[in-house]
Amino acid sequence: MERKYWQEEMETASRETLDKLQLERLQKSVKRTYENVPMYRERMDAAGVKPEDIKTLDDIRKLPFTCKQDLRDTYPYGMFAAPMKDVVRIHASSGTTGKQIVVGYTKNDLEAWDNIVARQLIAAGLTDEDKVQVAYGYGLFTGGLGLHGGASLLGSTVIPISSGNTARQVALMKDLEATALACTPSYALFLAESIAEAGLKPEDLKLRAGIFGAEPWTEGMRKQIEAGLGIKAYDIYGLTEVMGPGVAYECSEQKGMHVNEDHFIIEILDPDTLEPVPDGCQGEIVFTSLTKEAFPVMRYRTRDIGSVTHEPCACGRTFVRMSKPQGRTDDMLIIRGVNVFPSQIEEVLIKLGYTPNYQIVVDRVNNLDTFEVKVELSESMFEGSVGDLSRREREIGEGMRSTLGISPKITLVNPHSIERSIGKAKRVIDNRKLHD
Amino acid sequence: MAVKQLSVFIENRKGMLSEVTDALSDAHINLRALCLAEAADYGILRLIVDDTEKAVGIVRDTGRTVVVNDVVGVIVPDTPGGLNLVLHTLNGHDVGIDYMYAFISKENGKANVVFRTADVAAADKYLSDAGFELI
Repeated sequence: MERKYWQEEMETASRETLDKLQLERLQKSVKRTYENVPMYRERMDAAGVKPEDIKTLDDIRKLPFTCKQDLRDTYPYGMFAAPMKDVVRIHASSGTTGKQIVVGYTKNDLEAWDNIVARQLIAAGLTDEDKVQVAYGYGLFTGGLGLHGGASLLGSTVIPISSGNTARQVALMKDLEATALACTPSYALFLAESIAEAGLKPEDLKLRAGIFGAEPWTEGMRKQIEAGLGIKAYDIYGLTEVMGPGVAYECSEQKGMHVNEDHFIIEILDPDTLEPVPDGCQGEIVFTSLTKEAFPVMRYRTRDIGSVTHEPCACGRTFVRMSKPQGRTDDMLIIRGVNVFPSQIEEVLIKLGYTPNYQIVVDRVNNLDTFEVKVELSESMFEGSVGDLSRREREIGEGMRSTLGISPKITLVNPHSIERSIGKAKRVIDNRKLHD
Repeated sequence: MAVKQLSVFIENRKGMLSEVTDALSDAHINLRALCLAEAADYGILRLIVDDTEKAVGIVRDTGRTVVVNDVVGVIVPDTPGGLNLVLHTLNGHDVGIDYMYAFISKENGKANVVFRTADVAAADKYLSDAGFELI
């Protein structure tokens, strides 16, 4: 049965109702967190803030910030606010550098999570009759089990294939007649290529929608995925530190992602002054959890850059909408003094008609930064002549120079040679860090 | 008739060429002619083989980009200036040459020249009309 909303009362609540609910929940959460998490208690004490000082939603600004490093410093259980007997699940961030960040969930936390993921699935037009192929990695990564939980709650048929083994993904997608796909956008693109290479067309599949998240992607990439898989592609936002996928979700209007404001408060702050910026202006996205029991966070600085709008949405949902993150403050590379975001490279490649299978390699030779962009050479880009390949290298290099302001060396590499099969594509290799 | 030639993108790293030739030899594909064009960071390996279609699959399975092009193959008269006769004919028809390589064929025991041009069919016709033997 097709439904417009999963939890209509909450998703379409008036601003007044939401404000009231948020304040109640914030006060309760701050009190609980203060009492149970030493780091927050120390920081609030140092700032002279007591839980009772939170009298309005604006008082959130009195609360301390949380950074990724805080979560590393308190590894593994230092930030947990519930007794371990109530913690029923552990997840960990997929961070490749430094210690992992470990988070926990109580039964109530999991129930809330499943519900917010179900809201996304309903918003993407799915029903209990859909067959959802969950090709996010299962395990400590929140993607697999997060989507699994939401799709199960909705009553869809879950195909818990996890990531990897692309040939099997394609075969089962076809044979089991999967109608929806959930994975990272880079893996969706990889699957689309593999489907084409297997001689299949989108019409040979029953897929109609895809839920993609866990890494930044552009509108151009959305169009490529939609064309390659013959689906409508939805963006789901989330991060392990705050909950996992589902913190914000896209409706059929696809004009930003609705933040699940009954569970989270979003702030957009100037990353330098940490002061709020107006609607529509870019800043760092900061989240405070309202209902989480095991792993509450206060003002978690995501490092994602985005904006919000309170304009009403045609879908009827009243939750504030956040933009697709435009980049991450910590993804930003400074190369020869110039700020470079990987998303800019992706945009240039898409604009020139290439699939964005690329990798940035930065190094330092004789105290000078070297900047190389590797681009996979697909058969559609190859005519067999040196002249044509040089022209392509020049064209990409020129596109990069005009967008970024500096010229990378363009290196064409073998198809599928850039590591990306599991979970997130590795877009940046910065060897400069090794020499510091 | 146009000759089918494989062009294979080869990254400029040690062992990249032999991986391709190993795979072809394991599949018992016979190389009739080859040429390696070089650019700064990559090369393009051009091959004429006894089973083009099978070779494409084998090369693709090594994870490389491969494309099949038509090229002109012509037997060059075995006399001094033999190649010149071919080139003059092409010049007379304003046929430009992108690249060219030569090999001795086991089958005809003669000098064969292969070249790529924009309109392979037209070049074939000019050469056969002028009395050259195509391969």
